[in-house]
Amino acid sequence: MDIDTKVLELRFPSCSDRLKVVRAVVCATANMYGFDSNDVDSMVLAVNEACMNIIQHAYGGECIGDIVLEILDRSDRLVFRLTDFARPVDRSTIKPRDLNDIRPGGLGVHLINQVMDEVHYSEAPGRHGNVIEMIKNIKHREGA
Amino acid sequence: MEFEVTVEEGYTVIALKGEVDLHYSPVARKQILKYLKDKHNVLVDLSSVEYIDSSGVASLVEGYQLAKENGLDFALVGISDAAKHVLQLARLDQIFRIYSTVDDYVNSK
Repeated sequence: MDIDTKVLELRFPSCSDRLKVVRAVVCATANMYGFDSNDVDSMVLAVNEACMNIIQHAYGGECIGDIVLEILDRSDRLVFRLTDFARPVDRSTIKPRDLNDIRPGGLGVHLINQVMDEVHYSEAPGRHGNVIEMIKNIKHREGA
Repeated sequence: MEFEVTVEEGYTVIALKGEVDLHYSPVARKQILKYLKDKHNVLVDLSSVEYIDSSGVASLVEGYQLAKENGLDFALVGISDAAKHVLQLARLDQIFRIYSTVDDYVNSK
């Protein structure tokens, strides 16, 4: 069984002006783990998109709840776990849109799926919110 | 994010600078739609964009659609690496008209 080692935890309000800080934290952590710049940019993008989805969909675009970002070291993987405390969403509705359907919006899930190695959605314990885990393999650690 | 608008004869350049994220993309959207509604051909200069997320990209898509509906030009110029990364992931680099410089757009006319 994989053991998670917590790298850091950040709790912040669901306000769009906090995303800059979140991106800086993810960027610094991914750099600390030795990812190349393309992977760093990808992880920053994915976590930003997931936070945006929480702000816009779980909290209705309002600065009314909290989001917890945990970054975990899980053997050869780096895990970004976001927890919100909003009403549980119907996970069957979380789908990437057809890219041939050119319209504003709906790209976030596609971008997350494109750049992360695994993405898992679940309900927070006690049905008190939603959890998304985005996982990036630490390839450069293999054989180290 | 900052922006700078240059109105030329026949087209308007909206240069976005810095980070175009959920907090600032409404500003970018407002500028893009404003000039398109005033029947300007619009070029969005992304050369100084350090970060753009899907909300910023959505503003560009909205501009693209409004221009198309009204027979106007809508193009991107000088795309930074950060913007290119996201547009490629969204496969929108194949949809938008993209020029290296404003002069390239002008010479294409």
